Amino acid sequence: MTKFVKGNEAVVMGALYAGCDLYFGYPITPASEIAHGAAKWFPMLGRTFVQAECETASINMMFGAAGAGKLCMTATSGPGFSLMQEGISYLAGAELPAVVVNVNRAGPGLGNVYPEQSDYTPAVKGGGHGSYQTFTLAPASAQEMFDLTMKAFEMAAKWRTPAVVFADGLQGQMMETVLLPESGLQRPDFSDWAAQGEPKTRENLVKSIYLDAAQQEQFNLHLQEKYAKMAEDAIGEAYLADDAELLIVGYGISGRIARTTAEELRKVGVKAGVFRPVTLNPFPREQLAAVAKGRKIMTIELDAGQFADDVRLNLAKAGLGAEAAGVKMVHRMGGEVVSVDDAVKSAKEMI
Amino acid sequence: MAAIEQKGMYKVFPRSGKNVSFTHYCPGCGHGIINKLIAEACAELGLQDRTIFVDPVGCGVFTYYYWDAAHISAAHGRASAAATGACRARPDAVTIAYQGDGDLGAIGFNNAFQAASRGEKFGCIFVNNSLYGMTGGQMAPTTLDGETTTTTPFGRDPALTGHPLHVCEVFAQLKAPVYIARVSVADTRRIMQAKQAIRKVFEIQRDGKGYAMLEILAPCPTNFKMNAQDAAAFCMNEMEKEFPLGVFRDETGREALSVRPIPQVASCSELFAEKDAVPAAETDASFAERRFKFAGYGGQGILSLGLTVAEAARLERRHTLWFPSYGPEQRGGSANCSVVVSGTPIGSPTVEHPDVLVCMNQPAYERFVGDVKSGGTVIVDETVPVKVQPPEGVRLIVWPAIKMAEEFGVPKAANTMMLAALKKFKCTGLSDESLERALVASFKKKPALGEKNRELLRLAESRDSKA
Repeated sequence: MTKFVKGNEAVVMGALYAGCDLYFGYPITPASEIAHGAAKWFPMLGRTFVQAECETASINMMFGAAGAGKLCMTATSGPGFSLMQEGISYLAGAELPAVVVNVNRAGPGLGNVYPEQSDYTPAVKGGGHGSYQTFTLAPASAQEMFDLTMKAFEMAAKWRTPAVVFADGLQGQMMETVLLPESGLQRPDFSDWAAQGEPKTRENLVKSIYLDAAQQEQFNLHLQEKYAKMAEDAIGEAYLADDAELLIVGYGISGRIARTTAEELRKVGVKAGVFRPVTLNPFPREQLAAVAKGRKIMTIELDAGQFADDVRLNLAKAGLGAEAAGVKMVHRMGGEVVSVDDAVKSAKEMI
Repeated sequence: MAAIEQKGMYKVFPRSGKNVSFTHYCPGCGHGIINKLIAEACAELGLQDRTIFVDPVGCGVFTYYYWDAAHISAAHGRASAAATGACRARPDAVTIAYQGDGDLGAIGFNNAFQAASRGEKFGCIFVNNSLYGMTGGQMAPTTLDGETTTTTPFGRDPALTGHPLHVCEVFAQLKAPVYIARVSVADTRRIMQAKQAIRKVFEIQRDGKGYAMLEILAPCPTNFKMNAQDAAAFCMNEMEKEFPLGVFRDETGREALSVRPIPQVASCSELFAEKDAVPAAETDASFAERRFKFAGYGGQGILSLGLTVAEAARLERRHTLWFPSYGPEQRGGSANCSVVVSGTPIGSPTVEHPDVLVCMNQPAYERFVGDVKSGGTVIVDETVPVKVQPPEGVRLIVWPAIKMAEEFGVPKAANTMMLAALKKFKCTGLSDESLERALVASFKKKPALGEKNRELLRLAESRDSKA
């Protein structure tokens, strides 16, 4: 069955199919339709919607609900995402599965409500305190707003970690056709660690504190080991990349602009291809390296170059230092979107 | 060491790296007594299996050493928010948040207050010892006028820091809480009263009655810089002057509100089922991609016109994307939307160079007309003065959409009149049938209007343009 829906609505649908039982949220443009959908649909399925008093409350309500062994989520945009960072660190520190959707708007500060990808660093590298990471997915269509929200719950449960669905204002508002699955996911059983208020979970303790330095270090080592293993779930998508002399790298909405740019370049004889990371953490490093070797590389992004820096870092870590050094970027900020014209022009300058 | 009573508590309290059987609380501290009363109440009522304790940051952080029940150790100030999450996730559990006066009164006040205001079904045990204990005896919102703390070394000065915060009195302004009371553990008589009150908090949760707030005055000899006896005396003589003991609300007899019924469905598939769901898009490289921009004032039906074209494309199994202007731009009165229809998966969603531009007002026309692709079409309402010519190779159609809609007596149908132009001049690459079906479908909730609009669409098509 298909639905023609806004990306924001697709997120709620994905969450429901994934078995998310509780939504905690605070209104913010351009993510509010997620709360609107959740307020309507969660209760109709006998699930819970709570409008929190602020984003700090939302994320800490999630701490309680996840700690009590249920799948839960929130959705927000930049300013709210900033407020949630402490709570996300606690979720990571207590190894709690939960999903945070960030529909990125322009910043810093109040900025405006138009699309940016400028929250890259906090969304991908763990924006709060301590050495933690999140499982971060970057949808590029309404279908992926659905699919990757579902996947975020799966990954959050698999890795016992907060997962971030990192979208942008444009995708939140954009309507496209979403193909819905026949059925949803089975709810995972967290009774071996969650505080569920049941006899079998009486001994369980959900905490992020280890007073002893050696224990805290052990816990950190455990986390890092887990994050290294997450690489097995990295996803990237290559398009027209096999014979490309120029590889355009972009995620989310920029990945789609990259796609059109490559098609336009091919029309004028430039062999361009695209690599789109679908997961940003774990970053699909090996998959990128496989199509990046010996190519010229250009990123498209809606930030100041945070993503390009991460591409350079990943290329360098994959042993492609020369390719890393040559990475160029075309970008816009403030809610402006990179035009295909500009991207084509920059690409031609590189060739 | 004498055997300690274990009711509701673990047999040993293993502190980090050692196995020692005494608490982390200082001698004379109120927390130890309160912890024991809570453990007893929980055990005596047989609730240990059902209880989720939400622990604070502060001196109460290690209650999970003691209470034999499940625990969630929350962030500083956020125990009430976390307890909200826990009690919503587990309505059958007995959820108890334990918070101090810095935790609840300062950083987490709004979370506690709003949880109380929502009538969350958890009990909040709020320990007021007039200062921050764990972090080294700083001023809390509850610090007494003139009281010396590490951040009020000259005594709390109300001219600079205001007066002590009365949590119970503030919470008593709210409608939702079932029970609000203040007790003390400074002497035996008070401890016995506190025990009854704590039991009551558990009973309220056991019975699912609603929110309960119990403030407990407690001595902190270490940070008062007093011996245990003097600290207890300070608690009774000085603190009680500011914070009188008593019950501020007891509505345990009242019926809990029942949730208003709303329509229920059994599954996601049922929730999202559509009678005439369109099949997914098919890839057909022979269909040339078309990009549309629709612009005008809010209220002219610009966004729904775009949606109708998008729906027609979906009916033909094209890849389709619709994107509106949003945010303050929309509120300012102007509206626009973009539609992309393609035979292959759509790359960039933005419409930089529309193949078709539909404008219903002058600002929109002047803003977008220069962007139209060579070979493209601009349809503009005839009320718009065409002061700027479109780029070369662009067809301009001046169309009386607003006027016709008024003539037909349906001013709101100006967008349908525009659709007539799109159809008449073959701008969409979509069949007439799909456009009409999509138009009718856009009035799904008012089928009569759908038919009316189809009729108007056909009438309008017979008009000539000033192309």
